[in-house]
Amino acid sequence: MNLADREQSSGYLAHLKHRETSDIPRLWDLLDCVMDPEIPVLSLWDLGVLRNIVDDHGTIVISLTPTYTGCPAMDVMREDLQSVLYENGYKNVRFETCLSPAWSSDFISLQGREKMQQYGIAPPNPDYCAGTCSSSKPVVSIACPHCGSKHTKQVSEFGSTACKALHQCLSCLEPFDYFKSI
Amino acid sequence: MKNSTQQTAVLEYAIRLGDDATVLGHRICEWCSNAPFLEEDLALSNVALDYIGRARLFYGYAAELAGDGRSEDDFAYMRDEREFSNLLIYELPRGDFAYSIVRQVFVDVYSLAFLTKLQQSSDATLSGIAGKAIKETKYHLRRSKDWILRLGDGTQESHDRTQKAVDALWGYTHEMFELDAIEQQLADAGIGVDSTALKADWLVSIKAILQEATLSLPTEEWAVRGGRSGYHTENLGHLLTEMQFLQRSLPGQEW
Repeated sequence: MNLADREQSSGYLAHLKHRETSDIPRLWDLLDCVMDPEIPVLSLWDLGVLRNIVDDHGTIVISLTPTYTGCPAMDVMREDLQSVLYENGYKNVRFETCLSPAWSSDFISLQGREKMQQYGIAPPNPDYCAGTCSSSKPVVSIACPHCGSKHTKQVSEFGSTACKALHQCLSCLEPFDYFKSI
Repeated sequence: MKNSTQQTAVLEYAIRLGDDATVLGHRICEWCSNAPFLEEDLALSNVALDYIGRARLFYGYAAELAGDGRSEDDFAYMRDEREFSNLLIYELPRGDFAYSIVRQVFVDVYSLAFLTKLQQSSDATLSGIAGKAIKETKYHLRRSKDWILRLGDGTQESHDRTQKAVDALWGYTHEMFELDAIEQQLADAGIGVDSTALKADWLVSIKAILQEATLSLPTEEWAVRGGRSGYHTENLGHLLTEMQFLQRSLPGQEW
């Protein structure tokens, strides 16, 4: 599956719909400047964490979905969103946690995947299967975000944050983070 | 619409599931900076973080249902040992690495089945939490299963330690598949999980994993139970002493 196909996944399309059908597009555009605290090239929209924005009689209601339940960055994300809204005159803001449908790496935008790659993090690949995997999926390897080699190995199922695993390129020998596909 | 008895039962259920996650999450945290090597340290800390996240969701829901001003922190930090209702297997000490891995295999296989059922709960919040948590549990299981195979089918030393852990933990697994009146009531109402129905499949999976890891299934049947009624091993008190220290000394303190 190539990047363009991935963009069309049903999870992403459902995610996109909130934004495309919104009657307050300026707020979505405004909040595009709020980045993920751990991957500062990705906006919360690109990451798929910012799920919906609704104007409830003057109160801006922001729906966020955690990538992982224990993600410690959620508090920082809320603060960052709140401060951007405040600076732009939106004083009444409420946050809601949206658990269902659960966040999936499919929600990451195509643009987000490209930015992630350029930043040195291999984007999620649903066809990749780590560890002892009993499925009949063909063996695919993760391409090194630095040199593009597919001659890589997984070093650890978990990396520097809950959403990433640690890999190493066997061609250029650089270690790199792989954004897990869930 | 739930009646008030049912609402109280759901509150209790959310606290129990929160207790399970908090206690195990804290237990796994004890590996942070103590794991065999750096990558494993990161992995265990990440698993612990998933459990703490899960605990926050369950406690958060409990706080919402209680509606008496208690927060998720009150449930975690301001209750005594006898008020905790986690299953005993979650509070047992971290032991050696084999012990922690074997426990993780036992509870990961269980959680996967449990959360699959909880996803079908008629309670939208419980179902939503389960849908979120199951993705993490799948990941945990893949890793813990990988490890038990390496340890069991590794050196004589790793094999012996792993077998010892299997034998030592076995008697604590039965409690996972028992229901008390509250859980039975919720299972009947389609809100909770009938965990008695999960045991046969759990046993099949565990047998297969142990066999592949060249380990034997314990033949000696013994069972320790009591966690759901607040009767704990001595280990929980020590865990809470450390975990609750700050909030006990400085109530309401925040970062």
